[in-house]
Amino acid sequence: MSVKAQERPSPRRHWGDSKLSTIVEFDRVGLRYGTGAEVLRDLDFQLARGGFYFLTGPSGAGKTSLLKLLYLAQRPTRGRIRLFEQELGDAPRETMPAFRRRIGVIYQDFRLIRHLSAFDNVALPLRIAGHEGAEVEGPVREMLAWVGLADRASARPPTLSGGEQQRLAIARAVIARPELLVADEPTGNVDAEMAARILHLLTALNRLGTTIVVATHDLSLIAATPVAQMLRLDNGAMVDPTGALRNPPLAQQEQAG
Amino acid sequence: MIGLLAATPAERRLIPGGRLQGPTPYVIAIMMFVMVVIGAAGLALGNSARLVAAGVDNRYSVEIADGAAKAATAQALLSASPGVTAIRPVSEAEMRSILQRWLGPAGAASDLPLPAIIDVDLAPGAPVAAIAANLERRVPGARFVAHKDSLGPVLGAVRSLSWLALTLVLLIALATAAAVVLAARGTLDTHRSTIDVMHGIGATDDQVARLFQRKIALDALTGGTAGAVAAGAVLLLIAGGGSTWLADLTGGPLLRSRDVLLLALLPLVGTMLATIVARMAVLKALRASL
Repeated sequence: MSVKAQERPSPRRHWGDSKLSTIVEFDRVGLRYGTGAEVLRDLDFQLARGGFYFLTGPSGAGKTSLLKLLYLAQRPTRGRIRLFEQELGDAPRETMPAFRRRIGVIYQDFRLIRHLSAFDNVALPLRIAGHEGAEVEGPVREMLAWVGLADRASARPPTLSGGEQQRLAIARAVIARPELLVADEPTGNVDAEMAARILHLLTALNRLGTTIVVATHDLSLIAATPVAQMLRLDNGAMVDPTGALRNPPLAQQEQAG
Repeated sequence: MIGLLAATPAERRLIPGGRLQGPTPYVIAIMMFVMVVIGAAGLALGNSARLVAAGVDNRYSVEIADGAAKAATAQALLSASPGVTAIRPVSEAEMRSILQRWLGPAGAASDLPLPAIIDVDLAPGAPVAAIAANLERRVPGARFVAHKDSLGPVLGAVRSLSWLALTLVLLIALATAAAVVLAARGTLDTHRSTIDVMHGIGATDDQVARLFQRKIALDALTGGTAGAVAAGAVLLLIAGGGSTWLADLTGGPLLRSRDVLLLALLPLVGTMLATIVARMAVLKALRASL
């Protein structure tokens, strides 16, 4: 069920009064792989800049597909996506890297580069953005310390524990200070204590202004994050149990007010 | 060239592997060896044909079937003709010596009749037709024969072989390019996960392609240099082993310095070609992704 079907409000009309900007806007977006059935249908929503969103739904609901649209690993087969207030539909392929550099991604399977050290893995986004030397060394050491891996800088991912790999993936996702952070089950492979630490990292990042979208099944994670709002996908369509799609995040409302 | 190989240590770590990892350098080395040997053979044949052709271009023979009686008249007539630069009567002993190579002792038999032959060199642009017509009119039974007409079929065959060698070099270059494309695709598949991560982080196609083109360039340079050095050694062995008959025959060197330079440049040209081909293959594959 799309929000449009429920008299979708215009984001500009709705949020313009509260001086909040939209970082993501989906307009009747659909996605299918090849000639198969649509895995996402009529997605019609906006995310506020600086918001913290949980994306939930049963397995196969389309959460990972929606995240792929968000981190530009897929193009929609129909509909319109605006990201960072720019239309993506007509954007040439050459402009995608510039968009992607503003997005951090924490993959469910981490996708760390096995033959690179922890340091090099975290440094990769900075180097790709053209930074070298001290511009890389300092921030990467700082980030490794922030995620508690300062003493594992030269270790390669296969020698790290699951939790350490998870934190390394987070460090790599946030090192370039992305405006939008997309995380797919970031606590799926870690124990409760580690999940709490990861959540703490994400909320800290959100306080710094990064918009966070986390796909998760972990209800305790959602319960522990009062500032966040929940998006629910069901059978490829968006439902809106907490009003996240209609209302700006609570924290943003307070700031704007 | 240096730009193709330049990379920061961090970039080098992204696509790991030594220079001789995988079959690509060995394939390129073998291809380069064959290319240099065939290329050298083609150049040598081309040079030989040119030298021989230059040597006989203005050389003619006067053949007088019924013997030496008319030779003096013919010689006097040729001496007075414009454009004649040299006249050399071929001695009977020389002719019999040549005949003995083909006929054995019978060639030396005194009852074997021999024509009179006079070698004549003309200046470029000399009135060949007029000289020939005048001679054949004034000395009945005399024939004015151009050496280039006799050697024409042989020179044509040698030139064809030279072009065949060039064609073979081009075909091998194409086969090498195809091998490089396959190698680039293989490397791309091997490192697909790294590429996906790099793309996801915001790497451009050019950034990714540079890593692969550098690896292929190193493979091509290493393999190409090894193949060319091996081919050079083999060619030196052949040249030093007394196989200089062609040079003796043509009266000039088989390979000129510019030919050697051309052959020495083959590994560098091959490296650039391989790098460009690898870059195009990688970019094409990357464009298939979002």
